[in-house]
Amino acid sequence: MSEKKELTCIGCPMGCQMEVTLENGVIKSIAGATCKKGELYAAKEVVDPRRIITSILPVDGGIYAMAPVKTATDIPKGDIRKCMECLKTIRIDAPVSIGQVIVADLGGTGVALIATRDIPKR
Amino acid sequence: MISKSLVIIGGGPAGLAAAIAAYDAGERDILVLERDCVLGGILNQCIHNGFGLHTFKEELTGPEYSARYVRKVEERKIEAKLDTMVIDLSNDRIVTAINETDGLFRIAAKAVILAMGCRERPRGALNIPGARPAGIFSAGTAQRFVNIEGYMPGREIVILGSGDIGLIMARRLTLEGAKVRMVCEIMPYSGGLKRNIVQCLDDYDIPLRLSHTVTKIHGKDRVEGVSVAAVDDNRMPIAGTEEFVSCDTLLLSVGLIPENELTRKAGVAINPKTQGAIVDESLETTIPGIFAAGNVLHVHDLVDHVSTEAELAGKNAVRFIRGLDKGSSAVAIETGFGVRYTVPSRVHPAAATAITTIRFRTDNVYRDSYLSVLLDDERVQHLKKRILTPGEMEEVLIPAKWLLTRPGLKKITILVEKE
Ligand SMILES: Cc1cc2nc3c(=O)[nH]c(=O)nc-3n(C[C@H](O)[C@H](O)[C@H](O)COP(=O)(O)OP(=O)(O)OC[C@H]3O[C@@H](n4cnc5c(N)ncnc54)[C@H](O)[C@@H]3O)c2cc1C
Ligand code: SF4
Repeated sequence: MSEKKELTCIGCPMGCQMEVTLENGVIKSIAGATCKKGELYAAKEVVDPRRIITSILPVDGGIYAMAPVKTATDIPKGDIRKCMECLKTIRIDAPVSIGQVIVADLGGTGVALIATRDIPKR
Repeated sequence: MISKSLVIIGGGPAGLAAAIAAYDAGERDILVLERDCVLGGILNQCIHNGFGLHTFKEELTGPEYSARYVRKVEERKIEAKLDTMVIDLSNDRIVTAINETDGLFRIAAKAVILAMGCRERPRGALNIPGARPAGIFSAGTAQRFVNIEGYMPGREIVILGSGDIGLIMARRLTLEGAKVRMVCEIMPYSGGLKRNIVQCLDDYDIPLRLSHTVTKIHGKDRVEGVSVAAVDDNRMPIAGTEEFVSCDTLLLSVGLIPENELTRKAGVAINPKTQGAIVDESLETTIPGIFAAGNVLHVHDLVDHVSTEAELAGKNAVRFIRGLDKGSSAVAIETGFGVRYTVPSRVHPAAATAITTIRFRTDNVYRDSYLSVLLDDERVQHLKKRILTPGEMEEVLIPAKWLLTRPGLKKITILVEKE
């Protein structure tokens, strides 16, 4: 089965429009990239797109109402929704320190959720 | 009146990096004044990742990036006064500030670094017809609401302006459960980074309408929708293209302006293009001993550049305090075709470091063109560029030997050439 996917390279301001042709899930060709960097990006992005997710969690007893958090590494793009749903169920207590692990395995991705700011007690 | 060697106004990334660099250059009598209750500046509300790739070779979030500098300031025990608003600066470097504990106080400084950052353009500057219903926010205000206070500005959102803050907010609000209907951009290109267009809009199927603007805001008490229309080459709405888009919130991401009220009070000359101070290679303004760095000088897209620029200001402020003489003759840096502004706008050959970095933005998108540097009429650089866009700050590097080997040099011109 042959399939075409379009994407924009983020490697530089050129923003080349690329078209990747896949044959049974295997990359056959990449068209439209002006340089090698674009091809490498497309190859990865088409097969295994990943993103770091950042959000906020409510904090009890802190100087701020919310604590910013991020996934410790990038997670599969397809898992973003699921992870955001998990976040909705979490509340934390002050003090929070930067780098603190809030959840060891977020939504079964195997990736930890960590705090990105110190929130001292009120 | 208190005396200080170096007073830094603003405790964001620029102020902190300047303070650290000045300390590391040997200065100990430093005071940072910050009106907020914490150090770190605007990055505290920029919770997304992507900061510090250049400086730390890793991707940090805004609060993490700031925290690294705050820690360095604390390690060095550099004095910082929080909740302290600077209200006046004189041309002989008297800083007037106010806070609850000290009341109104004045400091005589040997050198001052301006690091007040920038603020968002208000809606007033835009003139969209319609009532003033609730539900209109600048993108940065919405960012503070969501990320610091945990309050959602609305459920159905249209964003006007495709600058980075607007793009980032499109993703933030989507992730938090809102529906972002579209991002409208009056220009035929986005001022935002490609990476943000892909990862904030494309990832979530949010449409980007280039050459489109909001022509009317509907609703009396609360926004009920906006009219969106295509614009022609002169950015005028095209009759008949208007379309009603229902939404309860309009976010404006229409640009940043350096925060220069104090700078003007001191009588520092301002560049009308950047709305920031006119500076030389040491980032010294037109008033001796007053330096500027970061977003107060010109709006940056990447905080990494803010930090390096501010380090330079910090070092040079210390050189000034120690009485370094830059020599009297300065070479003007002029903008040729395609270049909107440069920072700095003059350089003293006698004081220039091995390499002087000149940062600038182009006035339009240029493809397959050349970036050239002229020393008087002699072309010394002719660099092929696949693309130059106003959204990305560019730089050229001027080696000191170019200046020192040409004693009568009058001006350096940076320009874009077709061939
Ligand atoms: C809403 C918004 C979002 C942004 N998002 C991004 C982003 O995602 N990525 C990015 O790279 N850049 C972003 N920027 C640009 C960002 O501002 C810079 O990267 C960086 O934070 C600039 O550092 P700075 O120190 O020059 O300014 P700021 O961080 O703005 O710091 C200036 C400091 O000076 C203080 N101050 C101002 N006036 C006074 C006074 N009179 N007295 C005492 N203190 C004063 C302010 O309170 C503030 O803490 C954003 C800017 C804004 C406005
Ligand atoms: S393919 Fe190369 S030239 Fe094109 S956007 Fe990507 S990095 Fe830039």
